[in-house]
Formats: sequence, C-alpha cells, structure tokens
Amino acid sequence: MARMKFICDSERCIECNGCVTACKAEHDVPWGVNRRRVVTLNDGVPGEKSISVACMHCSDAPCMAVCPVDCFYRTDEGVVLHDKDICIGCGYCSYACPFGAPQFPTNGAFGLRGKMDKCTFCAGGPEANGSDAEYEKYGRNRLAEGKLPACAEMCSTKALLGGDGDVVADIFRNRVLTRGKGSEVWGWGTAYGKPGGSVQSPATKS
Amino acid sequence: MKTAHTLTLVAAALLLGACAEKAQTAATLKSDDKPWAGARADFVAQGWQVGDKTSWEQQLRKRSQGQNEYSRTPITP
Repeated sequence: MARMKFICDSERCIECNGCVTACKAEHDVPWGVNRRRVVTLNDGVPGEKSISVACMHCSDAPCMAVCPVDCFYRTDEGVVLHDKDICIGCGYCSYACPFGAPQFPTNGAFGLRGKMDKCTFCAGGPEANGSDAEYEKYGRNRLAEGKLPACAEMCSTKALLGGDGDVVADIFRNRVLTRGKGSEVWGWGTAYGKPGGSVQSPATKS
Repeated sequence: MKTAHTLTLVAAALLLGACAEKAQTAATLKSDDKPWAGARADFVAQGWQVGDKTSWEQQLRKRSQGQNEYSRTPITP
C-alpha cells in the first residue's frame, strides 16, 4: 500500500464546511480547535475557489524535523501522528507547518496553551486501537475499523478525496480527464463535465 | 584481602555508574498498533478479516472507490 494522502478538488468544493463538522463530531474535537478548515481564495469574487485543508501527512514533515521532544512518528501507511504524552505544547510545529495544521486548545482567561492537536487521518494515536484512552486524546481510529477519514467519506461533492495516494490520484485523474476543460473557467461544466459530453449531468436527465 | 579488593572495585563501579549521563530523549515512543489489527468490534466495518493485512488493504481500496462517482453511477454516452 502506498502512502495515505488527501486531495481536494478546488473546482468542486462548495465551502459547505461539512468536512470540518464531520471531523469535529467524529473526534469530539474541543472548542477552539479545528483539525480541518475550509480556505477560500478570492472570496465573494466570481470564480472564487475553496479547498479543505488539514494536516497533509507530509512525506518529509517539517513538524517532525523541528519538534524538540521528538513526539512525532510516521506509520507504515505514511500517516504522521504524535504522542500527546511526550508533547510539551511549545508550538514549534505550528510555526514549521505550511498548512497551519497543528492546533492548540486554549483553556481559561489567559489562554493557557495545551498539548498540540491535529488531524490524525482518523488513525488515532499510540494507544491501543479503539481504546477509550486513544479516543479521549486523538478521537476515533477509523483506519483500524476498515474505514477512511470521515471528512473525505462524507464530502457531498466528493471534492475531498482521502485514502491510498495511488488510488485517490487515479480517481482524481480520471475525473479531470473525463470532465475535460472547456471555455468555462468555473462552474458546473468544469466540475462535473459539460451536458451532452462524456458525462451527463443530472440537470440534463429527463 | 582479595574479597575486600573485589568489594572495593564493585563499590567504585556502582558509584561511577551512578554518575553516568542519562539518555537525553524525553521519552521513548510507544509502538503503535497496526491498523489491520482492528479496533472495537462494534465499530469495525463489515467485509474484511481483522488481523489480515491484505484483507484490510482490499477493504480500503474498495472503500476508496466509494469516493469515485464514475464507479457508482453509470456513465451515459
């Protein structure tokens, strides 16, 4: 199996924040922490683009490189995880990450910074798979349940794809080749293919 | 005399050993369970054999195709 990866199709993301909500609900993520968020470029301008961003589980992760207590580790599936029992909440990983993935729960009036929290690719942490201890610190371990990340699986437009890098890349490549690229630079035709083209859109069905 | 000499050597070794530098790592990383080892049975998806890596990979590949609308709906020419 190749490495686990996320891909977000900016032509399809409708900024519904369903992925954000699914993640928060699935893992009981605390108030103020968003493991995933939707970023919109040129918001309000025709042709705006949105993408869903979380930890990208980098192959050469800068967070791992800068962590002074070496709390990160990478699984055989390429998922970058960390051990909250080792994390000291220094925030170096937050500065190093180009995606702003590391989050820090704040607590109390003076914003006491807690241990780092981030997307786990729904793979939990070092505790026993599916244990209460793992759930409390990292949330559900869907990979061990034979499932894919909740954000990607529930994405209504299938903009966010998650799973084995080779498989999701194939799905995305097939989609791009099928829908093609025409005169429209944005809109339904670009995201789903032109009516009467190789893929019939629901709007053209009787 | 020989016993006293040996005891002195052992005591010296213990004393010097206590002065040795400890490892600088904060803690050792716990080993993580393999995902194909399964989780709590009531949440595990149907259709794969818990503990079998090949079966787990197959399950994830199948599940990935749930994200591929072209494999879910027929493409009309």
